[in-house]
Amino acid sequence: MHIAMTYTRLRTEERMLLDAFEHLGVNCTPIDLRTIVFNPLVPGEGGGQWEDYDAVIDRSVSLTNTLTSVAMLEHFGIRCINPLGAIEICADKLATTLALVRAGVPTPAIRVATNAQSGLEAIEAIGYPAVIKPTVGSWGRLVARINDRDAAEAILEHREILGSVQQGVFYIQEHIDKPDRDIRVFVVGGEPIAAIMRSSAHWVTNTARGATAQGMEITDELREISINAAAATGGDIVAVDLLECPDRGLLVNELNHSMEFRNSTETTGVNIPELVARHVVRIAEEARVESEILV
Amino acid sequence: MNQTTTQAETIEATCPECDAAVVFDRSPLNGEIANCTDCTAELEVICADPITLELAPEVEEDWGE
Repeated sequence: MHIAMTYTRLRTEERMLLDAFEHLGVNCTPIDLRTIVFNPLVPGEGGGQWEDYDAVIDRSVSLTNTLTSVAMLEHFGIRCINPLGAIEICADKLATTLALVRAGVPTPAIRVATNAQSGLEAIEAIGYPAVIKPTVGSWGRLVARINDRDAAEAILEHREILGSVQQGVFYIQEHIDKPDRDIRVFVVGGEPIAAIMRSSAHWVTNTARGATAQGMEITDELREISINAAAATGGDIVAVDLLECPDRGLLVNELNHSMEFRNSTETTGVNIPELVARHVVRIAEEARVESEILV
Repeated sequence: MNQTTTQAETIEATCPECDAAVVFDRSPLNGEIANCTDCTAELEVICADPITLELAPEVEEDWGE
């Protein structure tokens, strides 16, 4: 059994995972993607002896590196965690919404537009306050609450003129009048293993923006919606972020394909990295059996 | 670039920002992130042997979970 872990920054989470693999007695090789050159015709060229690995767990903090490397590795026939299809859904908020809608998983209403004028119409269709987000982004970056038409016009104009091409996609979400918290459920192999509440006086309840986390019980309702949301992406290991709507109950806000958990192991009492590592090993064992059958 | 020192029981490097000692509780790996406890700079291990630190790159638009 040999697993690789790809990364671009080796953070606390990656160290915890390497320790977990070591604890399980499984050889896991960390590979810095910044040092790799891929040749689609020769898997072993350019720094990674990819054919040696039964599976690769992607832990790149850079989405661009993730998409590039996982596409190449799947091309080589290597089982990646998560699969490219799941990453593409989780990494793009519009793709996430579409997957959730298709699967019948409750999620906030959205509108999408591709220029400032239609963006304004989208905001007014959702109603104030509305939330505007980049379709690709994380840690609460560039998420804005729009309280009135003046703010809407200003934000749309700024994004259209100053933003990247990607920010020309205006993803408008209804504002959910939630308590001063949201919920994150860690789902590993289709099973919710831990949940936290993230609390903040700021309406953006993201720990990257200063929210504090505490463990919480996984209720039946939370369990069911988290399983369904994770299944909608096809992800092996995902974090499901949920909002508590006063009228409609739990709504899935977004999903994360490369979840951070450094502060959640202690708060939940669940050894998240070990459960992640165990699941990766299970997948690698299955992948090895499949490849032996094919040979 | 900065000079590193390895002592009997601690693994140390020098913060490239403020010259303070950055202590590791075990040998770091390439790409590992550390924080200087003196100046709070976020640092990246660009070479594990000998340990060489540089200021970690700023967060980029496509970084996240």
